[in-house]
Amino acid sequence: MVAYLKQKKYLYIMLIPCVVYFITFHYVPMYGVLMAFKDFNFSKGILGSEWVGLDNFKYMFGLDEFYNVFKNSITLSLLRLLLGFPMPIVLALMLNEVRCRRFKRTVQTIMYLPHFISWIVIGGIITNFLSPTWGVVNGVLEKLGMEPVFFMAGTKYFRPIVVITSIWKDAGWGTILYLAAITSISPDLYEAAMLDGAGRWKQMLHVTLPSIVPTIVTLFILRTGTIMNNGFEQILVLQNSQNLAVSEVFETYTYRVGILGGRYSFATTVGLFTSVIGMIMIVITNQISKRCGERGLW
Amino acid sequence: MKVNSVLNKTASSLGKYGVYLFLILFTLMCLLPFLYVISYSLTPYADYLKNPTALIPKNITFQAYKDIFKYDLLYSGYKNTIFITVIGTALNIFLLLVSAYPLSKKDLKGRNIILAMVLFTMLFSGGMIPRYYLVRNLHLIDTRWALILPTAISAYNLILMKNFVSAIPDSLEESAMIDGANEIIILFKIITPLCLPAIASFTIMCAVAHWNNFFDAIIFTTKRSVWPLMLVLREIVSEGGAGAAADFASASNDVVTQSFTLQMAMIIASILPIVCIYPFMQKYFVTGLTIGGVKE
Repeated sequence: MVAYLKQKKYLYIMLIPCVVYFITFHYVPMYGVLMAFKDFNFSKGILGSEWVGLDNFKYMFGLDEFYNVFKNSITLSLLRLLLGFPMPIVLALMLNEVRCRRFKRTVQTIMYLPHFISWIVIGGIITNFLSPTWGVVNGVLEKLGMEPVFFMAGTKYFRPIVVITSIWKDAGWGTILYLAAITSISPDLYEAAMLDGAGRWKQMLHVTLPSIVPTIVTLFILRTGTIMNNGFEQILVLQNSQNLAVSEVFETYTYRVGILGGRYSFATTVGLFTSVIGMIMIVITNQISKRCGERGLW
Repeated sequence: MKVNSVLNKTASSLGKYGVYLFLILFTLMCLLPFLYVISYSLTPYADYLKNPTALIPKNITFQAYKDIFKYDLLYSGYKNTIFITVIGTALNIFLLLVSAYPLSKKDLKGRNIILAMVLFTMLFSGGMIPRYYLVRNLHLIDTRWALILPTAISAYNLILMKNFVSAIPDSLEESAMIDGANEIIILFKIITPLCLPAIASFTIMCAVAHWNNFFDAIIFTTKRSVWPLMLVLREIVSEGGAGAAADFASASNDVVTQSFTLQMAMIIASILPIVCIYPFMQKYFVTGLTIGGVKE
């Protein structure tokens, strides 16, 4: 054993930072989850604080605002999944039909761009463009003879705005993995399909689409693990005091009660709840996909 | 039969034009907002109010850009963001290489335990508050390191990199081994050069992530002097910029530009570095995402 360690000492030395990092920044916070079962007090620390069992959970499940946050989070991520997940697939299939290489490259270049722009910037653009007093969107509406719309005020437009902006930002970028999968399809399959008299539409339906199903499944499984998450950054930049009733999701809620409000135990409880549901979701989807004969993540 | 084939043809050419039309519209939608922001940042506010839909300004003024650079926070924001991006990315890449190489050795004892440990973090996390508590206990709050150390290694990237290194033939290393090189030399002399495409794409991804990140900054920093650029921008654009406009005015008495135009100029100033390197990043996108497949 000692001889083995000595022989491989450099490899093990290289692994030290990695192990230290994951223990410190991932496993120590997992231990911090104990806060959810304690009445956490800063001066006493995690170990010194009093155990309260499941009191924090009981409190959480008895809270109306918790259910509202739950509903908001799920509604938003389901809407995003339903409307946003298919979009990159559709775009990739369309790009695959484009024969003109320059056109294809230009489209790709431009549609990847929003992915590289921070949500702060996008939030700034949206709130300004949608402003009822000086925004360009309302300027257009006015020219068309319509009344100005208060997009950011009130709860009515929040969900559409979130879904549309997330599609706008990431659908283009999302095509990359599908396009990579499409390039690896053997040309023989297309030839065989053509010999059978399949047109472009049929080829897409019976050759391209089935070939990217494994990619779709993998990405779908990964996506289900985030069913409880909506991305703190996007929601935060679009959130304001008037749309709070529909815009408060788990991340922003945890931030508000925990970091801003200082209720660490309760916020940890909410965080733990979402982590556990996320993990269960990903395990279930993985199992289902294996049952259906697709390869899972593990 | 004939009617059918004619129908098929019309349908397919309709489909073709539909595809082009849709792609053009989608592309325009991705590009237009940015073009408008550039245009607005150069348009005098009075002109803008007269015709907000004009893409090409009649009169051009650089006043807004002159004004934002009177804002002290902008400088410290740039400085912090550049520091975080450069140091953070360098650390990301160094740790990625140093960790991925030993993990790519299938026969290394303990490797599977460490891999499992890494993979589990992708499934479950302690959440925001325990993470905050940890950073606080490490006395990193209100330091730029709070925005670098907690994200030093990405589990996802590590797995991808490990797969990439695994695909390098062992024979290359073996000959170096015979020449008496140890693993550290092999890693930097032989493996690293072969990983350059992967390193390039990870560098881009990490740098952009550092540049754009403000989630960590919101949670881990309260002092304005350590704010990265994105938080400075947030201050200026949040809630319609009303609060920041006043803030702005007090920061510099001679600001003459409207808050709206300032915001537009500020947006351009903060995305400019990314937009400038964007054309050169392109060819690394695909390698970056498809290294070693999506799967472990």
